[in-house]
Amino acid sequence: MDSLQSYLFISIVLFCLGLYGVMTRRNGVAILMGVELILNAANINFVAFNRFGGMTQALPGHIFALFVIVMAAAEAAVALAIIINLYKTFSTVNVDEAHELQG
Amino acid sequence: MDIRLQFALLILLLPLASFVLQIFFGKRLGPRAVWISVATAFFTLFLAGSMLLSVALGAPMEYYPEAEWFSLGEFGLTVGFGLDNLALAMLVVVALISALVHLYSVEYMRGDIRYNRYFGYLGLFTFSMNGIVLAHSLIMMYMFWELVGLSSYLLIGHWFEKESAANASKKAFLVNRVGDIGMFIGIMIIWYVTGDVTFQGMYDNVNVDKANMFAGQMGLLSVAGGLIFMGAVGKSAQFPLHIWLPDAMEGPTPVSALIHAATMVAAGVYLTVRLFPVLTPDALLFVASIGAITALLGALTAMTQFDIKRVLAYSTISQLGYMIMAVGLGAQQAAFFHLSTHAMFKGLLFLCSGSVIHALHHALAHKNDHETDPQDMRNMGGLAGKMPITYATMFIGALAISGVPLFSGFLSKDAILAGTLAFAQENPAWWANLFPIAGFAAAAITAFYMFRLIFMTFHGKPADAAVHEHVHESPLVMTGPLVLLAALSFAMFFTLPQVNPLDSEGWFTQALPQAINLTGHESLDVEHLEHGWHDAHDSAVRLSLGVAGGGIALAVLFYLLKLVNMAALAGAMKRIGFYQLSFNKFYVDEIYNALIYRPFLWLTRVITWIDWTFWDQWFIDGIGRNTVRASNRSGWLDFVWLDQFLIDGIGRLTQRLGHTGRKLQGGKVQNYLVWAVAGAMLVFFISGSM
Repeated sequence: MDSLQSYLFISIVLFCLGLYGVMTRRNGVAILMGVELILNAANINFVAFNRFGGMTQALPGHIFALFVIVMAAAEAAVALAIIINLYKTFSTVNVDEAHELQG
Repeated sequence: MDIRLQFALLILLLPLASFVLQIFFGKRLGPRAVWISVATAFFTLFLAGSMLLSVALGAPMEYYPEAEWFSLGEFGLTVGFGLDNLALAMLVVVALISALVHLYSVEYMRGDIRYNRYFGYLGLFTFSMNGIVLAHSLIMMYMFWELVGLSSYLLIGHWFEKESAANASKKAFLVNRVGDIGMFIGIMIIWYVTGDVTFQGMYDNVNVDKANMFAGQMGLLSVAGGLIFMGAVGKSAQFPLHIWLPDAMEGPTPVSALIHAATMVAAGVYLTVRLFPVLTPDALLFVASIGAITALLGALTAMTQFDIKRVLAYSTISQLGYMIMAVGLGAQQAAFFHLSTHAMFKGLLFLCSGSVIHALHHALAHKNDHETDPQDMRNMGGLAGKMPITYATMFIGALAISGVPLFSGFLSKDAILAGTLAFAQENPAWWANLFPIAGFAAAAITAFYMFRLIFMTFHGKPADAAVHEHVHESPLVMTGPLVLLAALSFAMFFTLPQVNPLDSEGWFTQALPQAINLTGHESLDVEHLEHGWHDAHDSAVRLSLGVAGGGIALAVLFYLLKLVNMAALAGAMKRIGFYQLSFNKFYVDEIYNALIYRPFLWLTRVITWIDWTFWDQWFIDGIGRNTVRASNRSGWLDFVWLDQFLIDGIGRLTQRLGHTGRKLQGGKVQNYLVWAVAGAMLVFFISGSM
């Protein structure tokens, strides 16, 4: 199991699960969780390509992954704030019920 | 400015000022303001009279002031006055009758709703009549000629609420138009032939080129004379255009006296006298024939009429025929003499009839009788005792018109009859004898019907005793003019300083211009004729005395003493068809009806049919109908195909597409994401398969 393919495979599975979650969930929190899965899939890719891509001297992949984690935390904070506001306004966290602007 | 010109201008413009005043300010000034009009009329009379007096006592006047009116290149027209003795005499006649009628109308028209307007129209009439008299050229005369026609129309139709009056005014105007069109064409031809339309210019041109210039154009000159004479036929009510005058009696009686007896109808005679030197022998013969026919026809018709004013109207027609005949036979001085005397006694007779009608009208109104006709002589009778002044003056008028010595009508009629006799003597042709026969016959009939009128009106038993009770003599403003005109009907007035009742020599005939020698008038050589007049004078006097006496005697026999059974006589006359002929005015109106009105109406009906059924209904409306049909079709195409199908179809298609497309944009981010992923996957597949 020490090859790029196996990491990429894990990453693809995570991405697809996350994408599926984002696309199918109605709950805003669940969508946020799907987004987190996608971000993590990307993180695995960054680290895996750093390890097997021939760039052993520098660690750009790790740094990118760290950035993504920070950004994911920030995003989670913002998204959760939105979801809380959503709940306050509509008494629900289902995103498809917030359709005030729909014609 | 010459004093004569000032006088002429004043005489012309004063009545116009009266017209303007009464028409524009009459309502505000009230009925008392008509005295201003009366005053201007009398002042005009004073001016005209003083001018005539100056020429009667001194030298004859020949004064022709003129000023340029306008010029177009070489063509120019002048306005001006033709002041000679003839014009002055005519002016005095017009001004005198006009002034007396103004005075008389103050009482006669009292209480009329258009009192001031009536006096305004009188002023307009007097203005235009003075214009005719003073005109120095045919063109200027023609303008005033039309103005006279207009004021006559306005005055006949004064009581236009009455349908008969409205119709009569229209008839008078239209019949006059017929003559006036002829006159206008005649003026144009005269202009073409003689190159001038001022009277003096025409006389000069005729005199200068007696033999040569017009030799080739005598026929044209004859036609021109005849056509201009048509104007006189219309205005002077000559056969066959006399039909308007009896109907014109619908106007107020003073108007009949002024316009339809004394002045306007005399304008035709005045025109013919003025034109006399220019008229060719052929034209003169035409004039004389028309005059003779009219004289006889008018007299015969007057015999059987019952309306007092219609009798006088036909009498006027007959007397005007006399004058016209006299001009045509070369006795133009006699014609003008008769015009002047006739104006006095016919004006008098009309004003007398007005007095009778006025009195009877009030008597009938007193009885609340509005059905009985106050103009019908059968409703009169026995009025002599009730209205002595009217009776006396009307009797004088009847004596004058019948041609009894001592009265003016005798002198002038005698002069005319002498003229006809002289013409017959000078002219060997058999038809020349017809003129004196017509003249004397008409004279006899005139005497007969005038005394028929007097006896039916003033003698005999009153038709209705109750009405007779309430008849009163008219007031002084009405009888005053009667007395004055009666005084002027005496022969002495015209012959002073002579007093011989059988001789017409006097200041008046001396003041009249002498006969002018004519061009190419072999049958009408004035020197010969003057001899003829002297020769014929005595026989004319005897004959005319005889016929006048005979006519009066017959009237006395029939109507005063009633020695002849009138019903039987009328029956006998009926049997030979003469009575109906006269009573129905020789069917002239009916002949016009059959020859002109009815074919004209038929023509208008045909044209109406063509215009309405064919042109309007079929053609115009057909175009309309087809347009409607075509536009319906086009509208259907436009609506169903273009609008409904094509335009709306595009709309619907867009709508449907939009409807479908908008489902993509549900607003759900997740849906977009699904599409985005699907798209991305598609890109992958395609790029992968390549």
